[in-house]
Amino acid sequence: MTLDLSLLPDGGVPWLAASGPSAEIVLSARVRLARNLAGYAFGPRARDGERLRVLTAVREVASQTSALRGASFLRLEELGLEDRQLLHERHLVSRELAALEAPHTVRAGAAVFVGDGVGAMVNEEDHLRLQAFRSGLDLAGAFEAVLALDDGIGQRIAYATHDEFGYLTACPTNTGTGMRASVLVHLPGLVLTQEIGKVLQGLQQMGLTYRGLYGEGSEVVGNFFQVSNQTTLGRSEAELLEHLARVVAHVVEREQEARRVLVRDAGYIIEDKLWRAYGTLRYARSLAVDEAMSLLSGVRLAVGLKLVAGLSVYTLNKLLVFSQAAHVAYAAGRTLTESEANVARARFVRNTLANEAGPATPAGPTDTGNG
Amino acid sequence: MLCGQCGERDAMVHLTQIVENAVTQLHLCEKCAAEKGIETTITMPASPLGEFLQAVQSQAPEPAGDLARCEFCGTTIKDFRASGRLGCAHCYQAFDKSLRELLRRVHGSATHVGRSYTAPVLLDRTRDATLEGLKAELRAAVAHEEFEVAATLRDKIRGMEG
Repeated sequence: MTLDLSLLPDGGVPWLAASGPSAEIVLSARVRLARNLAGYAFGPRARDGERLRVLTAVREVASQTSALRGASFLRLEELGLEDRQLLHERHLVSRELAALEAPHTVRAGAAVFVGDGVGAMVNEEDHLRLQAFRSGLDLAGAFEAVLALDDGIGQRIAYATHDEFGYLTACPTNTGTGMRASVLVHLPGLVLTQEIGKVLQGLQQMGLTYRGLYGEGSEVVGNFFQVSNQTTLGRSEAELLEHLARVVAHVVEREQEARRVLVRDAGYIIEDKLWRAYGTLRYARSLAVDEAMSLLSGVRLAVGLKLVAGLSVYTLNKLLVFSQAAHVAYAAGRTLTESEANVARARFVRNTLANEAGPATPAGPTDTGNG
Repeated sequence: MLCGQCGERDAMVHLTQIVENAVTQLHLCEKCAAEKGIETTITMPASPLGEFLQAVQSQAPEPAGDLARCEFCGTTIKDFRASGRLGCAHCYQAFDKSLRELLRRVHGSATHVGRSYTAPVLLDRTRDATLEGLKAELRAAVAHEEFEVAATLRDKIRGMEG
């Protein structure tokens, strides 16, 4: 492994800090803008030479753009599979750009800029995928940050646009604003009360869509859902963002209501389930990634219900990202077999909980919570 | 773990039901879960892109439209129907008619109302700037599949002619 994550501004994941609104349920807000440079074929059609010229042009303007000041620049062709996976686990590159699927061939000119809460993928399906992350439901903050980046680049290089269709993209599902805004939400209450089906159906009726923790094509694990706008044309960026924010705020309310119902109607069952999750994470000697995600979901809910004291949302976020496969290998400093990774993951989770949560002491309503 | 219903396939759906303070755990394979009418909300819906591709593919072929081809990047309407991806900005003009309809179906509108963008004025290379000179260059560029050069040239020619 050659990548040094400590060199990335805030490790590329400032949203882990959990400083944003509703950060316990809404992990992060992301706004992504798809942009193409005028005069070059789009990603899927471009030849290697064109992609390299796109990269050269983008690098030149990026160096003059204040939004990318101090940003790290990484060429994916120069990184091994595990390093690329690491960036993907931090949501900095897509699966496609990182070539995580066999035969793992990174396309020419594939690169990423990682700046302070903003980033840019180069030579994805579109020449540029600009993005900004914020903790919690701060879509406005993420939008403002990505706009600064968009202006910085768009004023120095000509984007492909159309008088009627707006920003042109390789896939017509992104045409118009080119904007995909998404929030990562944790909805265990709605899953346990089986309300989730209705909620997800409702999202789709309202022009929103959902995916798993790792975006397109990823499965829903640990009750984490990425909710985003489905359409990009015919409504302004502000309207799309406002709609998403309003619907997600409503979903958060429904989640809180579901949690109240759980505690009211099934208090001890839920308490038992969550403490078992906590106990397993605290003492297990081997944890597969999906099992860890699912147990972490339980502990996150336990913290939300104030059953477990002393665990910050920051720690929960860190556990979620840092227990992914490539992160476990990165911490070990070498490639691990699956069983070695499971052992290392269990050790990491155990130690983190021991250090940051202190002794496992309940902080229920009948407890003082000190300890 | 095997499915609690059929005992044959692996249980893929793990359900904790809480009804009036009583908890039941169900472990079912996808088939049995579907038969019991349990909505497996944890599985993903058909990807939006899948639906989009269907919409692309279900478009009625235009008369002689299947031969439509973007003169700049060489993408044909058939390529687009197969991949769902356009080859370059000029494809939006080449396939204007079917795209308009598609955009309306996918987004409910074909008119951008978001941010407007004005490209910066960039300095061009010094070249033979007469109309004939540019047209000759365009032909050469297309012949050599230098699409990006061709695109710029075509825009310039249109600008001069318009």
